[in-house]
Amino acid sequence: MSQTLAEKNTGAETPSVVMRLLRRPLALTGLIIIAVVVLAAVFAPWLAPYNPYEQFFEGLTIEGAPLPPNAQFWFGTDLVGRDLFSRLIYGAQTSLIIGVVANGIAVVIGSAVGISAGYFRGWVDTVLMRFTDLMMAFPALLLAIVLAAIFSPSLWIVAMVIAMVNWVQIARVTYTETRSIAERDFVVAERAMGAGAGRILFRHILPHLLSTIIVWATLGIATTVLLEATLSFLGIGVQPPIPSWGNIIFENQTYFTSAPWLVFIPGVAILALALAFNLVGDALRDILDPTQQGRH
Amino acid sequence: MLAYVARRLIQTALILLGISFVTFVLLYLVPADPARQIAGRSATAATVENIREQLGLNLPFYEQYLRYLGGLLNGDLGRSYLQKTEVSELIASRLPASLLLMVGAIFCELVLGLTMGVVAALKRGSRTDDTLMIASFVGVSAPQFVIGILLLYVFAVKLGWFPIGGYGTFAHLILPSITLGFLGAGWYSRMMRSSLIDVLRQDYIRTARATGLTRARVLFGHALPNAILPIIAMIGIDIGLFMSGIVVVESVFGWPGIGQLAWQAIQRVDIPIIMGVTLVSACAIVLGNLLADLITPLIDPRIKLR
Repeated sequence: MSQTLAEKNTGAETPSVVMRLLRRPLALTGLIIIAVVVLAAVFAPWLAPYNPYEQFFEGLTIEGAPLPPNAQFWFGTDLVGRDLFSRLIYGAQTSLIIGVVANGIAVVIGSAVGISAGYFRGWVDTVLMRFTDLMMAFPALLLAIVLAAIFSPSLWIVAMVIAMVNWVQIARVTYTETRSIAERDFVVAERAMGAGAGRILFRHILPHLLSTIIVWATLGIATTVLLEATLSFLGIGVQPPIPSWGNIIFENQTYFTSAPWLVFIPGVAILALALAFNLVGDALRDILDPTQQGRH
Repeated sequence: MLAYVARRLIQTALILLGISFVTFVLLYLVPADPARQIAGRSATAATVENIREQLGLNLPFYEQYLRYLGGLLNGDLGRSYLQKTEVSELIASRLPASLLLMVGAIFCELVLGLTMGVVAALKRGSRTDDTLMIASFVGVSAPQFVIGILLLYVFAVKLGWFPIGGYGTFAHLILPSITLGFLGAGWYSRMMRSSLIDVLRQDYIRTARATGLTRARVLFGHALPNAILPIIAMIGIDIGLFMSGIVVVESVFGWPGIGQLAWQAIQRVDIPIIMGVTLVSACAIVLGNLLADLITPLIDPRIKLR
């Protein structure tokens, strides 16, 4: 009974949420940016004009300096004569893979911790939430740096490291919501009818948390993209020659006075993607969270 | 109140203990062998074993932790084997520069963020409001290293108004402070906006207007002091953002604080220094939160102590 109700709910909600997102100019802008980056990442081999790893002889001046944006190399070339535009397109793959994988793991860990602590209470609550408090005390970037130093960085390790740092926020939010839902009458009634914890958690609590989780997952991708870029900028994220928007800046930053495009073009890409996810996440929060309404 | 303070102090002590444990476990997991690092590559196995004995690396896990904890209580954060110096000395010598930078950043983010928030709230729904809120979104979405390099490029390289990185004079402080405060300004402007909008809807504001006070008097005398209260508590929490931010900002601007120390340590994989900075930052964050929790009820009597 309750299952069909929940299904009906989401069934009726989904199109209207999308429509309401599309009607907001900022959210629409965000969605368009995300779509462009996703398309660039998926169709990178067809879109990129050159091989991102190939060092072009004509990609450097006679003195060996990188070329500014021109007709042949749209965004110019980097310090070793590679095409920046092609590297950016392949870099989109890196950003999105880490954004989705790292944040996906963080959402799963965070919700699992938050929901179990909020539902079971007692010692489970104490242990899990005190551990969450503890992790919150560590500055995210420094913790990620330590973890990246312990496990030598690769694409997947960087994703894992970011996940291990970023689950905390989701855990806190789902914890608070689970606690309040678990005390509501329909959950108490279900328990009185003899439903097990698994049934209550997956059939009743999880569907109610879905909108919160979607909002925080979207906002979390923005954080993840920024953290990946920062780690790569510090040289302990995704390792060159694999292109990432952060490590393109890392490789070229010493020449920013003579070749500013090598820093600012990837910088704008990072900003645009993080901004897009923040705009969509914020709009989703407005739409899905009734307590926030009237504040805008 | 006293019971509340006591409970918060005990909680804080427990979290600090937990932090020391997590840091120790991480140090324990590091694959690099400190005894081998001290002894050097040409040392014999016997020498390495000897050093390991001296450092207590042969002891069981919990005894090593107790030794580590005892050291921490005496202010001993371990030794950088590569720099052959005490980590606590390195951190102490660089802490003042970082604190100075953070003070600058707090000033920048409050001035920028609160002004933007107040203007947006007063012009709610207008084009100015929209523009300011987009700006605040950009603030929280912009990577700090890009902001830093951009400010350096425009104001130091092209315009020549400020020195290109470094430390020493007031002019050196400005660009790094703005960079570090940029992110916070984004958050503060949005919090200030929604806080002030909430306050402006209250009955006492309408009453104040009805008594014939000017708009400015109502705003500065009644609305702002109340709207700012929830925001002051955030400054303590900000320390967490700063502790991550200084690694990036100090490395971009060559600012000789603990962030740069950590960044240099990353390049050389000098784990004791990285761990030392992490530990000090975590403690700073916990104490910042404690301070925020203790100050907020003093300035805002409406907040109930739990």
